[in-house]
Amino acid sequence: MKPTNIQDPEYFHKVVDCQLACPAHTPVPEYIRLIAAERYTEAYMVNWESNVFPGILGRTCDRPCEPACRRGRLEGEEEPVAICRLKRVAADNKGAVKHLMPQGPFAANGKKIALIGGGPASLTVARDLAPLGYELHLYDEWNKGGGMMRTQIPAFRLPETVLDEEVNYILDLGIHTHFNTYVSSMRDMLAKDYDAIFVGTGAPKGRDLQLPGREAADANIHIGIEWLAGVAFEHITAVGKKVIVLGGGNTAMDCCRTSRRLGGTSVQVVVRSPFEDMKASPWEIQDAKREDIPILNNMPPKEFVVENGRLKGVVFGKVRAEYDENGKRSLLPTGEPDVFIEADDVIIAIGQDNSFPWIERDLGLALGKWDLPVVDKKTFQSTLPQVFFGGDAAFGPENVITAVAHGHQAAISIDLFCQGDDILNDRPGPTTNLISQKMGIHEWIYDSGVTNDDRYAVPHEGKEKALSNRKVEVELGFDTQLGFKEAQRCLNCDVQTVFNTSRCIECDACVDICPTSCITFTTNGEEEDLRQRLNAPATNLSQDLYVSDVLPTMRVMIKDEDVCLHCGLCAERCPTAAWDMQKFLYQVTKAGHTCSNLVE
Amino acid sequence: MSYLRPSFRHPLLPKNELGFTRADYEGAISTLCAGCGHDSISGAIVQACFEMALEPHRVAKLSGIGCSSKTPTYYLSHSHGFNTVHGRMPSVATGAYLANRELIYLGVSGDGDTASIGMGQFVHAIRRNLNIVYIVMNNGCYGLTKGQHSATADAGSKTKDGGLNPFEAIDLVGLALELGATFVGRSFSGDKTQLVPLIQAAMTHPGFAFIDVLSPCVTFNNKPDSTKSYDYVRAHIEATATIDFVPEKKEILVDYAEGDAREVKLHDGSMIHLRKLAPNWDPRSRTSAMNRLHDAKSRGEILTGLLYIDQDSQDLHELEQTVARPLNSLQEADLCPGSGVLAGINAKFR
Ligand SMILES: Cc1cc2nc3c(=O)[nH]c(=O)nc-3n(C[C@H](O)[C@H](O)[C@H](O)COP(=O)(O)OP(=O)(O)OC[C@H]3O[C@@H](n4cnc5c(N)ncnc54)[C@H](O)[C@@H]3O)c2cc1C
Ligand SMILES: Cc1ncc(C[n+]2csc(CCOP(=O)(O)OP(=O)(O)O)c2C)c(N)n1
Ligand code: SF4
Ligand code: SF4
Ligand code: SF4
Ligand SMILES: [Mg+2]
Repeated sequence: MKPTNIQDPEYFHKVVDCQLACPAHTPVPEYIRLIAAERYTEAYMVNWESNVFPGILGRTCDRPCEPACRRGRLEGEEEPVAICRLKRVAADNKGAVKHLMPQGPFAANGKKIALIGGGPASLTVARDLAPLGYELHLYDEWNKGGGMMRTQIPAFRLPETVLDEEVNYILDLGIHTHFNTYVSSMRDMLAKDYDAIFVGTGAPKGRDLQLPGREAADANIHIGIEWLAGVAFEHITAVGKKVIVLGGGNTAMDCCRTSRRLGGTSVQVVVRSPFEDMKASPWEIQDAKREDIPILNNMPPKEFVVENGRLKGVVFGKVRAEYDENGKRSLLPTGEPDVFIEADDVIIAIGQDNSFPWIERDLGLALGKWDLPVVDKKTFQSTLPQVFFGGDAAFGPENVITAVAHGHQAAISIDLFCQGDDILNDRPGPTTNLISQKMGIHEWIYDSGVTNDDRYAVPHEGKEKALSNRKVEVELGFDTQLGFKEAQRCLNCDVQTVFNTSRCIECDACVDICPTSCITFTTNGEEEDLRQRLNAPATNLSQDLYVSDVLPTMRVMIKDEDVCLHCGLCAERCPTAAWDMQKFLYQVTKAGHTCSNLVE
Repeated sequence: MSYLRPSFRHPLLPKNELGFTRADYEGAISTLCAGCGHDSISGAIVQACFEMALEPHRVAKLSGIGCSSKTPTYYLSHSHGFNTVHGRMPSVATGAYLANRELIYLGVSGDGDTASIGMGQFVHAIRRNLNIVYIVMNNGCYGLTKGQHSATADAGSKTKDGGLNPFEAIDLVGLALELGATFVGRSFSGDKTQLVPLIQAAMTHPGFAFIDVLSPCVTFNNKPDSTKSYDYVRAHIEATATIDFVPEKKEILVDYAEGDAREVKLHDGSMIHLRKLAPNWDPRSRTSAMNRLHDAKSRGEILTGLLYIDQDSQDLHELEQTVARPLNSLQEADLCPGSGVLAGINAKFR
């Protein structure tokens, strides 16, 4: 293998598994260390820079970082660090932060941008562009900003105060808001004097289920996301005692749990496929079960039963799943008799779609498959150069953190576009920083010890109180002590093991001390062959091998990054400091920090 | 400074026939200087015991005093151990071996511990062919007491603070050959591919198995002018052969070129496979080993590998015809077999 090029910022970025997995590339271990040091305000700001909504995401993030967390790959039943809920510890315990954010009023740069939709994607674009002097106009059909974070995510998961606080940090940067304004024509928007338009309108259409009885029972059959919005805006305040929720995603979980709080005493979720195929996050399923909500699987609905013009219940078939050699699933009837379940109300939560009835089809703005706009994956530009898309509107429903990541990138494009730069080739690379953590001969600036503690559970509100009012937050969050303990579980994967070939005397000290047998000195070879003959087999192909230059004995040093604990022992035991522990800070560059700006 | 090693190990560590991983043969975290050769030898011991699937409770590790003699703490934490006074490891080992021949005795010592204060004990342990693996971690100095010259330091070498050594070095390997040791080898802490099979062969040998391991003291004797530094040893090393240890019942997988290879059968049926043999050398001939050693020395080379093995070795118990069972298992009936047996013995002297 060729020697590893550690000058490539992506090499060490890959080692920080959580940060790589985070769509916005939040420097996770950096903020976790700040939490352990009780520096909550700084921890909050590290988050705010990257993901804009630390308090919101610390409660609701889909947390793609956690399945990626190295800790989950350690031996035994080790679980990932509770990265998401630690974010909340920073948000809950922070001091004043507003003075640390960009301070307006900002000198105008003469450019005017429209943001359609007030969700996390548009808000992120607003936050990134406001300090650069853009005049930003945000349109949303509702009376407040936040998009689905407000209309969909129930208050028992996300208190309105937290939402308002973080939305207002952005609106207070001097954004011109046009609330209660549904944008009904793109043609009209294009005719206004905007230099660019960002579309962050989400995926607002809930899917319906056309079965016998659907029309007749319409009064008691609800579309999940419409129903949740109705609850959020208090147009809906009650539901029947017996409720059936159809669907197995997170929306279904929010609908059933909301029903429990609006009068539903017998609430059941019915999924047409097996449990294993449910789309909902495991923790959301668990929370629903904890609230006495049974989930029935392998039961596709067949008919809404109506009696005297009123919904009586739903008839379900019984199926089992079979998978062909390509893993394609088919649901086959088991032959068992159909099941009838009584219901006063049925909530359909089987997915959302994009829909752009307000975009005229003759504008040169191409819409492709499933009515999704044709958008560049990197620049977020549509086929109309001045129109950009982001969030759920761009590629279909995802989550808040993805919308934020899109927002950052779209903001860069809009800025480059308005400054007359090339939106693809002038995009800035990340900024990185690599600093030795050496403090003494055997001492490090970071806390290198590795704790054996199991993942800590977040304390919950008592069930009775939680179910009594839909605004009572269920999760109480880690207190500072639990937060500290959980923070200590983090392995500091950003503190890199950096190897200097010319210093190595091949004494083997690092090989002997490494607890997880990461390091091998051997003759070089092809990657496939090397992976087999290391001190421990390197079977995780998604993790790189770090290969040194040739050493005096003609061997090379090979480090399998997979289960390195970042404990620093290799560097501590190295007599010549050929190994050093160096903190790698990788930051995605934001709009306004592009090369052409720096030259000026 | 870390005083604890994280307890997580690689999830895919290979297992030996007992179902143990390398981790089951480890000890406490080392407190030796970073980069000390002795730590690599500890690593080699761990690797050797793991690969041989030894039951840790069947091993007794013994040592004297010195940085080298501290190492038993850093390996085999589930084995028996005895840390003796300076230079006295052989006599404690002799007593232990006489009391229980069923354990595998692994002695480690330093060049100070062996070639100075413990010399008298060392030579008698060889003479008695005590069944022990005797490893000297040889750094040419007294590491623990801050780097004074030891008896294995070459004439003309300097201590870190400039003191000159006017005396000729004792070559422990030459001495062991001369005294009739039945297994003699030399190796280098920085060469585990050679050291691990050598330790395994030594553990299988019935009798005194001596391995002199050059082990740089990074703190006091890794200077450019030292003959026991990493660079010097690497530059001057010459091996008798490439060595593989093939335990009993294991299939032999390597193909050896005719004339270039030799097999040495060990007493329990395991094999040592030697490749790239040095010319004019036969591992079973003491004289050829001594000649090779002198020859290498005159050329300024450090001869390593297996140097000599006596395949007909008879160890102390056999020479003494002592009881086969451990003393602690002997019951009253064994020790006092009755007046009939006594009468028989007495009758022999009539
Ligand atoms: C029930 C439910 C629960 C969820 N829970 C989570 C969760 O816990 N964690 C998570 O990360 N994600 C969750 N999501 C997904 C998340 O809410 C979305 O992915 C995210 O909000 C998308 O952000 P966005 O900026 O693209 O658009 P949205 O948040 O969808 O915002 C778009 C806004 O634009 C408005 N709008 C649309 N068209 C127009 C128009 N023509 N004119 C004016 N305004 C318009 C909409 O009303 C809306 O307010 C959930 C989604 C649902 C449905
Ligand atoms: C009876 C006695 N005399 C002297 C000492 C002091 N002493 C401790 S270690 C040592 C020399 C150790 O040298 P070596 O065996 O080469 O071990 P190293 O530290 O080099 O590995 C000496 C002289 C002692 N502990 N006991
Ligand atoms: S252990 Fe810490 S730094 Fe490593 S992946 Fe998990 S959260 Fe990130
Ligand atoms: S930091 Fe070094 S010693 Fe620790 S696990 Fe990683 S490679 Fe091994
Ligand atoms: S003083 Fe020398 S022998 Fe002792 S631990 Fe340090 S390096 Fe090793
Ligand atoms: Mg010594």
